[in-house]
Order: sequence, then structure tokens, then C-alpha cells
Amino acid sequence: MFAHEFMRNAYLAGTFVALACGLVGYFVVLRGQVFAGDALSHVAFTGALAAAAAGVDIRLGLFVVTLGVAAGMGLLGRSARPDDVVIGSVFAWVLGLGALFLSIFTVSASGSNGTAAVRVLFGSILGLSPTDTRLAVALALLAAAGLLGLARPLLLSSLDPEVARGLGVPVRGLGIVFLVLLGLVAAEATQAVGALLLLGLLAAPGATARLLTDRPWRGLWLSAAVAVGSMWSGLALSYEVASLPASTAVVGVAACAFALAGAWDSVRGRRLRRSPSPAGPAPRPPLGSLGWPRP
Amino acid sequence: MTLPLAGLSPNPVVDLEQMVEFPFMVNALWAGTIVAATAGAIGWFMVLRRQTFAGHTLSVIAFPGAAGATLAGLPLALGYFGACGLGALVLAAVSRPGGKPGGAGESAAIGTVQAFGLGLGYLFVVLYGGQLSSLEALLFGTFLGITTGQVQTLLWIALAVLLALAAIGRPLLFASVDGAVARAAGVPTRLLEFAFLLLLGLAVAATAEITGALLVFSLLVTPAASAQRLTARPGWGLALSVAIALLVTWVGLTIAFFSPYPVGFWVTSLSFGLYVLVRLGADTLGRATPRTALAAETT
Repeated sequence: MFAHEFMRNAYLAGTFVALACGLVGYFVVLRGQVFAGDALSHVAFTGALAAAAAGVDIRLGLFVVTLGVAAGMGLLGRSARPDDVVIGSVFAWVLGLGALFLSIFTVSASGSNGTAAVRVLFGSILGLSPTDTRLAVALALLAAAGLLGLARPLLLSSLDPEVARGLGVPVRGLGIVFLVLLGLVAAEATQAVGALLLLGLLAAPGATARLLTDRPWRGLWLSAAVAVGSMWSGLALSYEVASLPASTAVVGVAACAFALAGAWDSVRGRRLRRSPSPAGPAPRPPLGSLGWPRP
Repeated sequence: MTLPLAGLSPNPVVDLEQMVEFPFMVNALWAGTIVAATAGAIGWFMVLRRQTFAGHTLSVIAFPGAAGATLAGLPLALGYFGACGLGALVLAAVSRPGGKPGGAGESAAIGTVQAFGLGLGYLFVVLYGGQLSSLEALLFGTFLGITTGQVQTLLWIALAVLLALAAIGRPLLFASVDGAVARAAGVPTRLLEFAFLLLLGLAVAATAEITGALLVFSLLVTPAASAQRLTARPGWGLALSVAIALLVTWVGLTIAFFSPYPVGFWVTSLSFGLYVLVRLGADTLGRATPRTALAAETT
């Protein structure tokens, strides 16, 4: 399998993209921002198609638009956690814009009818060039490093914003930076699994980790491990089964991991964590486990 | 989409007459009307219940349904309704009793279901072997080629959904605004939630046939969000939501007929523009937004 260069590229890029997705995804689930991640993934689609329609490099549109919207969402939303209905209204329109760019693009580039759209929507990890791969790895490492650098205050401000604010953590600023990182990862993962499926790599590993452990740090690494594992086994599966697209296989494995974790969780007779609703009170883990002094 | 005869003349009445001479356009207007009325009413409850994410997931699940039906050679409508009904069952199963809609655990589960559904849809499309133009139609919709038969099916389904919604409307409103009190008063909130998701699935499946899986959401969420900004009264809000949905659909279809750009773009842009206007208007008037009055009770 590794004799093929495209498989080596796919594994290399996929590993790091999945690592970044798993790390960011854990926080996405923890902060109840899955819907925001969903919206950003659709924004990524529109950005890429806008670039395609304008005839510039797809990646340019992908990153500029996704990062811009992520920052905007953070700045507009109260305490950098935007409201569901606002997100919904905005991204319904963004999707409409996507449809517009798609039609402009298909009209202007008849012949390659719709293939670019399909690549953006469903990913093209098996078609990465060595340059794409290096770029993907570099960006994924950047996102992962940024996130790990912020992980400690971000964990605290996600789990207990009140206490974090009391300790002088800039909760709002962190929220905005987090959304920008999420945008970066979304744009990045769009290339690997596609705009429509990256939600699987974001939400499923994080949710799996949340079901399996209460400890934040262990959960963070577990989430990354589940994401990378799904990527590896998904790629291998799609190599073995010729008709199975890579992105479907990756997301399928991640969803299975989540389903198994859910089954194990209910066997153990525990409810899904007293999960914090976006506005509601968050559960308080022992502060010591986060490495913070008790206030 | 450009039509040979489409082009604006100085007299708008002539243009409109020209438009309704096309049978497909008449069908599209009828279908749009039915779909907008259903989506406006269901969407109002969806926004009230903060289930926008569930609604979006149900709407994208229509895509694998349609793709699977195409692959298996079954009628498209069967795929749409089957997938959305099944999706509603799955979503009801992953939402926890007593958990708030939109809670972190639930939304993660919904997101996973959604991504998995889309993955399946892509698999079906690949197995079907290309036909990318039909993929685009499935995702972004088409208002061409809607048959009279389809309009009739839509009408019956819409009537069934609206009647069922009217039947459970009162307890559903109670359960949506204050779940804990409703449960204490003996309202079967869990059953209601399930019934609502099923109705939402049906409405979404009906809408997806016309607007495509990705754009259903604009008819569901945006008119309802505008209506809830404008009034806190359930009756008025519902009526307003339906009225806005109807308006944007009619105007959107008309503009799309005369312009080269897709109907989905016009409908979403119009409804979003209206939403922005409403929000700006409400903010400048400095009124306490009705939405918060309702939300204050739920949280």
C-alpha cells in the first residue's frame, strides 16, 4: 500500500490533519460549538468555490474566507459564543452564495463540470501533490501547536468561564482565538475530507473522548488519538475496498468509534456528562487537575 | 439557468404573464408555496426549541436519501422521506431525556450523525458512477421539471404535517417554552419531541425536493428567526413566519426565472436580507427583543 506515492502523501497529510482536528474537536465538543464548526465547514465550501469562480487558487479563498468568518463570528457573538439562530441564518445565506458561485463556475468552466465542487465538498486526500502535502502538514502543525499552547487557559475558560474570569484569564479573547484556530483547521481539513464531512472528524473524536473519560488532558489526547486512528483505518479501508471513497471511510470509522463509546457508556450506566449547554452552568472538574491554584 | 424567452420587457405585467405560461413555472410556484408554508410553520417551532442544528442535520440527511434512491432505482421521494424519517428516529434516540436541546453532548452526537449521513451520500454518488450534474441538483435544488404529480404529493404531505402540527401545537408550545414545568404538568415532553422531530423530518424531505438538501435550511430558519424578532406572540409569529417564507419563495422564484443565477441563491439572499433588516430595525428601535423574553423562561 505504501508503495504508491499518493498513499504516502495521504497518510502523511491525513495524520497531521486528523491530529489537529482531534485536538480542536475536543474543545469544540467541550464548548458546545459543534454547530459553529458545522457553519465554518460550509463557509469553507463557499470560500473555495468563490475562489474557483474568480479563477484564483482555491486554497486562497478557502483560508481567507474561513478565517475571516471565524473571526467575525467570534467578534459578533456575545462572549465569543455565537447564538445558534444567528449562525443558522448566516450560513443558510452563505450556502446560497455557494450555490451562486457554483453556477458561475460551472458556466465559466464548462467541461470540468462540477468536479471542483465535488472535490471541495467531499475532499480529495488521495489526490494531494507533494507540495499540498507539505503545506497541509505545516498548517496542521501550526494549528495543533497554537492550540496546545493555549490549552491550559482554554480548558479552564471552557469548563468554567466564571472562575477563569476571576483568575484573570481573557475568556472572550481566548474564545475568538479559538474560533480562528477552528477556522484554520476547518479550511485545512476541507482539503482532506471535504467541507461536508469534516464535521465527522471534528465532532466524533471529541465526543468519543468525552464519553470515555472525565479528565480533560486525557480526553484531549484520546480525542487526537481517535481522530488519527480513524484517519489511518479509513485510508486503509478505502485502499482495500476500491469503491469506498476515502472521506466516507474516515468519517464512517470515526462515527463507529463514537457509537461504540456510546454503547460502552450506556452499558456502564452513566449518562452522557451533565453537558454544559452554551448558556448553562458548566460542570466543575477539580481545579487541581487543570494545574490551577484554588482561588 | 437561462431561458430562451426570458428577458425583461418594459411592462412587468407582461413579464409575469409570460412566466406563468410555462407549465413548469406554475408547478414550481405551487410547489414553492406549499413548501414555504410548511417550512415557515415548522421552522417557527424549530427556532423556538433551539433545534436549528437538528433541523440542519435532517435537511442534509435528505441528500444520502436521494442519492441512495437514485442508486437503487427507487423514486426520489421515497429516498427523501425514508432518509429524513430515519434521521428523525436516530436524532430522537441520541437526544437524552431531560437534556437541553443544543447541549454539548447532544450537538456532538448530531454532528456525527450528520457527517456520517453525508459520507453515505457521497458513497452512493460514487457507486452510482458520476452524474455530477444530478449531484448538484440534489444538493442545491432545481425548480425545473417539477411535475403536477409531485405537486399533489407535496400538497398531501404538507396538509398532513400542518394538521399534525396543529394537533400537537399547544402542548408543543408549552413544552418548548418551559420543558420542566410542562413535564411536571404531565405533558409527555419526550413523546412530543419525538413527534416534532418526525414532522420536521417530513417537512424537510418535502422541501429538499425543491430547494435541494443544502438550502432547505434557509426556508426553515431565517423566516422564523425574523418573525421571532418581530413578535413574541405565538399566533402572530407563526403567521408572520409563514408569510415571510411565502414572500421570499415567490419573489425568489420570479427573479430566478429572469436571471441566470440559481433559485437557491435568490431565496437564501432574500430571506437573509430580510432578517438583517429586521434585526437592524429592532436594534435601532431599542425594543427588548421578544426572543429574549421567551428564552428567559427556558433557560
